[in-house]
Amino acid sequence: MSKVNYFLTEEQQMIVDLARQITEEKIIPVRAKLDETEEFPWSIMKDLAQADLFGLYIPEEYGGLGGGCFENCLAVEQMAYGCIAITTTFAASALGGYPIYLYGTDEQKAKYLPDIAAGKRLVAFGLTEAGAGSDAAAIKTTAVDEGDHWVLNGTKQWITSGGEAEIYTIIAMTDKAKGARGASAFIVEKGDEGFSFGKKEKKMGLRASSTRELVFNDCRIPKDRLLGKRGMGFIIAMRTLDLARPGIGAIAVGLSQAALDESVVYARQRVQFGQPIISFQAIQHMLADMATQIEAARALVYAIARTIDAGAKNFSKLSAMAKLFPTDVAMKVTTDAVQILGGYGYMKDYPVEKMMRDAKILQIYEGTNQIQRNVIGQALNKEYARR
Amino acid sequence: MNIVVCIKQVPDAESVKWDHEKGTLIRDGVQSVINPFDYNAIEAALTLKDELGGKVTAVTMGPPQAQDAIREAMSMGVDEGVVVSDRAFAGADTLATTYTLAKAIQKIGKVDAVLCGKQAIDGDTAQVGPGLAVRLGVPCVTCVGEMEIVDGGKGLRLKRMCEQGYDVVEVAFPMLLTVLASLNTPRVPSLKGKMRAKKAEIPLWSAGDIGAEEGKIGLAGSPTKVFSTHIPKFEARREMLQGSVEEQVDTLIEKFKEAGII
Amino acid sequence: MVTVDINKCVGCGECEDVCTFGAISIVDEKAVIDQDTCTLCGACAEACPEEAIEITEEGGRPAKGPSLEEWKGVWVVAEIRHGTYAPVTFELLGKGRQLADDLGTHLTAILMGSGVRDKAQELVARGADRVLVVDDPALDQFVDDSYARILARLAGDEKPEIILAGATAMGRAFIPQVATLLETGLTADCTGLEISPEGRDLLQTRPAFGGNLMATIICDTRRPQMATVRPHVLKALEPDESRSGEVLEIQPAQDLLTSRIRVLESVVEEAEGPMLTDAEIVVTAGRGVEDEKHIALIEQLAHCLDAGIGATRAVTDAGLLPGRTQIGQTGVTVSPKLYMGFGVSGAIQHLVGMQGSEMIVAVNKDPEAPIFEIATYGIVGDVKEVLPLLVKKICQERGMAHG
Repeated sequence: MSKVNYFLTEEQQMIVDLARQITEEKIIPVRAKLDETEEFPWSIMKDLAQADLFGLYIPEEYGGLGGGCFENCLAVEQMAYGCIAITTTFAASALGGYPIYLYGTDEQKAKYLPDIAAGKRLVAFGLTEAGAGSDAAAIKTTAVDEGDHWVLNGTKQWITSGGEAEIYTIIAMTDKAKGARGASAFIVEKGDEGFSFGKKEKKMGLRASSTRELVFNDCRIPKDRLLGKRGMGFIIAMRTLDLARPGIGAIAVGLSQAALDESVVYARQRVQFGQPIISFQAIQHMLADMATQIEAARALVYAIARTIDAGAKNFSKLSAMAKLFPTDVAMKVTTDAVQILGGYGYMKDYPVEKMMRDAKILQIYEGTNQIQRNVIGQALNKEYARR
Repeated sequence: MNIVVCIKQVPDAESVKWDHEKGTLIRDGVQSVINPFDYNAIEAALTLKDELGGKVTAVTMGPPQAQDAIREAMSMGVDEGVVVSDRAFAGADTLATTYTLAKAIQKIGKVDAVLCGKQAIDGDTAQVGPGLAVRLGVPCVTCVGEMEIVDGGKGLRLKRMCEQGYDVVEVAFPMLLTVLASLNTPRVPSLKGKMRAKKAEIPLWSAGDIGAEEGKIGLAGSPTKVFSTHIPKFEARREMLQGSVEEQVDTLIEKFKEAGII
Repeated sequence: MVTVDINKCVGCGECEDVCTFGAISIVDEKAVIDQDTCTLCGACAEACPEEAIEITEEGGRPAKGPSLEEWKGVWVVAEIRHGTYAPVTFELLGKGRQLADDLGTHLTAILMGSGVRDKAQELVARGADRVLVVDDPALDQFVDDSYARILARLAGDEKPEIILAGATAMGRAFIPQVATLLETGLTADCTGLEISPEGRDLLQTRPAFGGNLMATIICDTRRPQMATVRPHVLKALEPDESRSGEVLEIQPAQDLLTSRIRVLESVVEEAEGPMLTDAEIVVTAGRGVEDEKHIALIEQLAHCLDAGIGATRAVTDAGLLPGRTQIGQTGVTVSPKLYMGFGVSGAIQHLVGMQGSEMIVAVNKDPEAPIFEIATYGIVGDVKEVLPLLVKKICQERGMAHG
C-alpha cells in the first residue's frame, strides 16, 4: 500500500533511519521503566550525541550539520514514536540552544555551540514563572547591571531539564517601565554563583523528563552573558518559540503514529463475538479518523517546517498552526487508542495509557493551544486588514 | 595503531523461514545483517582507536553486496573497509577462509590488532578467529569479556571468559581477539559516519589482488566439505492445557510426575 | 563452481526441491543456480536424474597429504582445569573407544598441563589404550599458543587419523589453531560421529543455522580428521580400573613451551545452583516476568526444583538477571530434560538456545506466541497468576518451604 511521498533527500532519509534505529533499539526498551522511576535518560542522550543528532540545526562551522527546522522535525518525529518524555529532553535542548544560534555573538557561538552540537552539554530554556505562563510579559525575575556583571533575582518554574542541563537561556526583566522592550536574554551556567534548583516536580506524564524550578538568588554572571541586545528579551523568546513549535507538532505526529499502530495491531488480534474487533465499523471508523488526522498533521508540519527553512519571514501564524493542530490530534488519538484497547488500554502492561498521559502536555507547553489560537486569530486580523 | 576488524554478513535470523515439508530454506525476503558479535568487535576496535589513536579497517569475505556491511561499520566510525570477493572463494571452509582473510590483511599492511566476533551465527564454528591468528603469526585470546589497556598502550589486560568463570591474561600487541557480546555496548551510528560511508569507495579484492594461491582458496582449499544435509524435525506435542489457572497448574504437575521429573 | 548442462536439463525441478539453501530455481523450464547462494554441497548433482548438474572443483580438491593410509589411531584431547577433568573428556573417550574399535586401531588420550601425570591412569580406566603426557610448569595455566603448537607437533610426529576434543571454551580456543597448523579440516560442535561404511572416513554431523539445519561433514583428503563435541552429547564409559594402558611422557622442545600470553589469575565464579549448561531443569524468565518480585518467584521455583535459572535478552538487558543467564543465539545453549519459559515469547534468537530441550513448557498470555509452536505443554495465561500458584504447589510437592 502506498505511503505519502514527502520527497525527502538522501540526507533527510538518513536522519529518519538513524533516529528510528535509536528509537527501536534504545528508547522503546526502556520507556516504561523510565516512566515508572522518573529517571533522567542520560544514556540515551549519550547515544543521540554519538549519532550527531544534537547538532542537526547548528551550523557546520560549529560542528553541526547545518540543517533546519525540517531536519529537526524529522528526527523528533521518529523519537517521539518511542517516548515523548525522552524526545522532549532532546528537543528542549534545541529550544534552549536556538537563542544562542539566532542571537549569539561570534564569541558566544564559538564558546557554546560546539559543545551543544556534540551533545556534551545540555541546554534548557527558562521563561515561565509561577505568575507568568501564558502571560509571559508578567515575568518578575530581574537582571540588574552592576557594572562588570549582571545580578539576577527571581524564580523560574517548570523548566524542562532544570538541574540536569548545564547551559540555561533565561529571559529576565531589565527595564520594567519599557513594557515590551523591558526584558533581556541571558546565558546562565550551572555552577554560577547564586544559581540553584528547586525540587523535581512529580508529573502526570512526561515523567522521564526532569522538571524543576530555577532559583536565582543574587546570581552573578559576567557581562558577556547578555544574549542579543538589552531589551530584546521578549523578541528573542518569541522567535525561539516560533522556530521550535513545529518540532512540538512533529513530536505530536510521532506519538500519534505510535498510538495508531498499537490500536490497529490490537484490533486485529482481539476477538470478541467471534470476530477480530477491527471488523466492526465502530472500530474501523475510529481508526480511519485517527489515521487521516495523523497524515494531515504530518503534512501540515512538514509543509510549514520547509516553508520556514526556505527563509520565510514572520511565520508566527504558521508555527502556531504547526503546533496547534497536531497536538490536539495527539490528545484525541491517544485517548481513542486507550478506548480501542479497552480494559487492556487502561493497564500499565500496555503502552497506550502512558501515551495518553504524556499527550496532554503537548496541548499546554510551548504556548497553550489557546494561546496558539490567539496568535493565529490575531495574525488573520492583521493579514486581512491589508486586503 | 593499525587495527583490523573482521566482519561477516549473515542471514537475519528473524527473516529466515524454513519450508519443513520440502526441507529447504525460503530465501525470498531474507535480509542480510552484520553478524551480531561483529558489532561488539567493531566497538572494541573503535574503543582501541579512541584511546590509542590510529586507523580501523573493516574486512569481509563475501559477495559484492557485502559492501553494505562495510558501509554500516563505517557509519559507526570505522575508517576504511574492503570486501574480498571472488567466485573462486565459493565453498570455502574455515581453513580456506582464514587463508583468504590472512592474505587480505597482509595486503592491508602491518597490523597491531585484529578484532573478530566470537562466532558467526550461521556457521557457529568459532574457528576463524583462532585460525586467522595462526596464519598471521600473532597470539590469540578468545571469548574476551573485558578489556583494559596496560603497559603504556603496548598491550592489553583481558578477561578470557570460560565455563566456570574467567582467566585474567595479559598480551602485548600485535594480537588477535575474539569478543563476546558482554564486552561492550556497540555505539549507534552517527550521521556524519553515515554520510561518509555513503560516499566511500569500497574496493573489491579478487583472489589475484591478494595474491592467493588457487589451491588454498574456495573448494580447492577446503579439506572439509558437506556430505549431506537434513532439517531436523522437532517433536512438539503442542498440547495447550485447559481449564482454570488452578486446573492447568495441577495438570502440569501431573505431567511432571508422569515424566519422572518430580 | 556448479554448472547446469542445459542440453541435458529437462526442468523436472528435483534439484530445486533438494537444495536446502534455496539457490536453485526453474526458469523457462531450465534449472538456474545462484552462484552466490550456492554452497557447493553437491546435493543437486546427486539428485538430478539426467546428470545435468556438475560440480567442477577448480584447481581440484585439496592435495592429499602424505599417503592417508599412514595416519592411524584415534586421539582424544583431555581437558583438565583446576585439577579436575572436564566431564566431556570421558564422554569423548567413550565415543573414541567405539571409533577405534570400528577402525581396528588404538585410542590415545593427550594430557597437557602441570603436575598432571598422576591423573593419566583415569583416562585409561575410561577407555584409552595409551596416554601421552606433556607435563611442564609452563603449561600450568592454559595458554593457547603453547598448547596448540605442542599438540600440532605431536600430531605431525605420531600421525593420528582422528583427533577429538571438547567444544569447551578451552577447546574452541586452541583446537582451531591446531587444525590450521596442520592444514587440515576441523568440524565444530559435532552431535554425531560415525565411521563411513565405505572406508575409514569419519562422518561428522553438526547443527548449522542455529540448529535449524543438520549437516554431515567429511574430510576425505587430509589427515588428521579433527572434530570438537559439546558436553552432554556423548556418553562416557563407566570407569574400569582393571583396564591397562601405556602412559608415555613427552618432553616438548623449549621453544614450544614459550607463550606470548601471560595468565595472571584464573577465577572460578561461584554460581548459585547448578551451572546452566549442566542443569537437568532450566527455569527461564522472559519479558512477561516484569519485576524483581516475580524474578524472586522464578528463583524460588528454581530452588525447589534444583534448576538452573535462564533469561531472555530482554530480561538481562533490563538488568533483572545477570548476563550469563541469557539463553540464545548470543548467549548460552541449553538442552535440559525440562525447560520452562515464563513470559517468554519465543523469538528465534532465544529458541535456538533451547529448542533441543526434551520437554518444553511455556506460560505466556499471548496464545500466538511462537514458543507454543515448539512447546510440549502450553499454558495461555498471565505469568503473574500462574507462577505464584505453580511455585506454591511444586514446593509443596517437594516438601520444601516457600515464601
